[in-house]
Amino acid sequence: MRELKIEAIRNGTVIDHITAGTALKVLSILEVDPEATISLAMNVSSRKYGKKDILKIENMELNEDDVDRIALIAPHATINIIRGGEKVKKFKVELPDTIKGIVRCMNPGCISNVSNEPVERVFYVIDKKTPILKCKYCGREMSEFLDYIL
Amino acid sequence: MKGRDIISIRDLKKEEIELVFSVADSMVDIALGKKESNALEHKILATLFFEPSTRTKMSFESAMLRLGGRCIGFSDIGATSVAKGENLHDTVRVVESYSDAMVIRHPKEGAARYAAEISEKPVINAGDGSGEHPTQTLLDLYTMKKAMGGIAGKNVLLVGDLKYGRTVHSLARALSLFGAGIFLISPRELEMPEEVKKEINIEAEGERIEDHIREADVIYVTRIQKERFPDPAEYAKLSGRYRIDSKLLEMAKKECIVMHPLPRVEEIAYDVDSTEHAWYFREAFNGIPVRMALLSLIMGVVE
Repeated sequence: MRELKIEAIRNGTVIDHITAGTALKVLSILEVDPEATISLAMNVSSRKYGKKDILKIENMELNEDDVDRIALIAPHATINIIRGGEKVKKFKVELPDTIKGIVRCMNPGCISNVSNEPVERVFYVIDKKTPILKCKYCGREMSEFLDYIL
Repeated sequence: MKGRDIISIRDLKKEEIELVFSVADSMVDIALGKKESNALEHKILATLFFEPSTRTKMSFESAMLRLGGRCIGFSDIGATSVAKGENLHDTVRVVESYSDAMVIRHPKEGAARYAAEISEKPVINAGDGSGEHPTQTLLDLYTMKKAMGGIAGKNVLLVGDLKYGRTVHSLARALSLFGAGIFLISPRELEMPEEVKKEINIEAEGERIEDHIREADVIYVTRIQKERFPDPAEYAKLSGRYRIDSKLLEMAKKECIVMHPLPRVEEIAYDVDSTEHAWYFREAFNGIPVRMALLSLIMGVVE
């Protein structure tokens, strides 16, 4: 039954096991072609997590940077790359040890938020599960990201 | 430690801190002006003070001059290119080409780490925003070691604003590294944040100095900062809360020392100054040999 909720795609990316209720957030941070066909299912039952969201994006294959962005708000997501109706690649999102240029520091007093400094936003991932990031510059720890995604 | 940046006390290993202290011991007579030294002759230290701090700036300058070195710098950004819109990145790039090391104080948190990334020359953090101030922590630890012979097993009361005073957070972590027992004394509104508490050896926590003064080897008093309180009445209520005077100190051990990073407002009564407990002016002096030691180490004239 679950498979029938949204149609299978021939080419593109299926993001499965998105934390229930966050698919719209995930979509908002992906730079998806506004013309692309997207199907979205929310609060689908999941054996592993109880409930999950699923996102299918036609004719777009996610790259590593996109995956990092998703990992911050949907840490359990799995990415399936589909070509010609076949699943050619499947991988789980995993946060790297450091994250560069994806989120900005929530601390308004941090040097990395000064607009005229050529500073790269760098965070150490101190907890991959929750996840928790620590700003390389001011040391502020963050566990909420949506408002801070660049 | 040649070429090292000194950004956070946490970047230093215990052995490195001990090395700074043993070099500082050898600098005391020079700091007092009893002995002369030209160890840093022809070396130039740049002091970049984007925020005023006469004391820290002067003590770095005194340390440099005592070792025969020279200083350049500013403490009023109105008179610099910053006022013309130059960013920190370019200021650091320019100043590093004028000097052998730089000391920086900046209102933004993380500014010193950023400067250190830009500069090939060593950078010392002299306070960034409400962030770290590692040389203050070093001189505080050095003072305790000198006064008590060691830090391990000693009881240190940290008193006052333990919430916003982030230099006291660095000190608490460093004291734990050296095995001291920490007593946190503050009003509820100004308690030590949880993330610091979980990293330190807390012996006790409370609101009254009287409850733990008998056990204290060190009473470290911090100023409750006026600028932290939007409501002046709230400030007035808390600021007078902890006042150390010679009467209160009658309850303390004879060898208990009182420390304060200065400037004091009314936290320590003037009648304490003439007692054996008063160590805050010696603490301020210790900033000189400690900074002399650091400068010598990072500039590579001492190994």
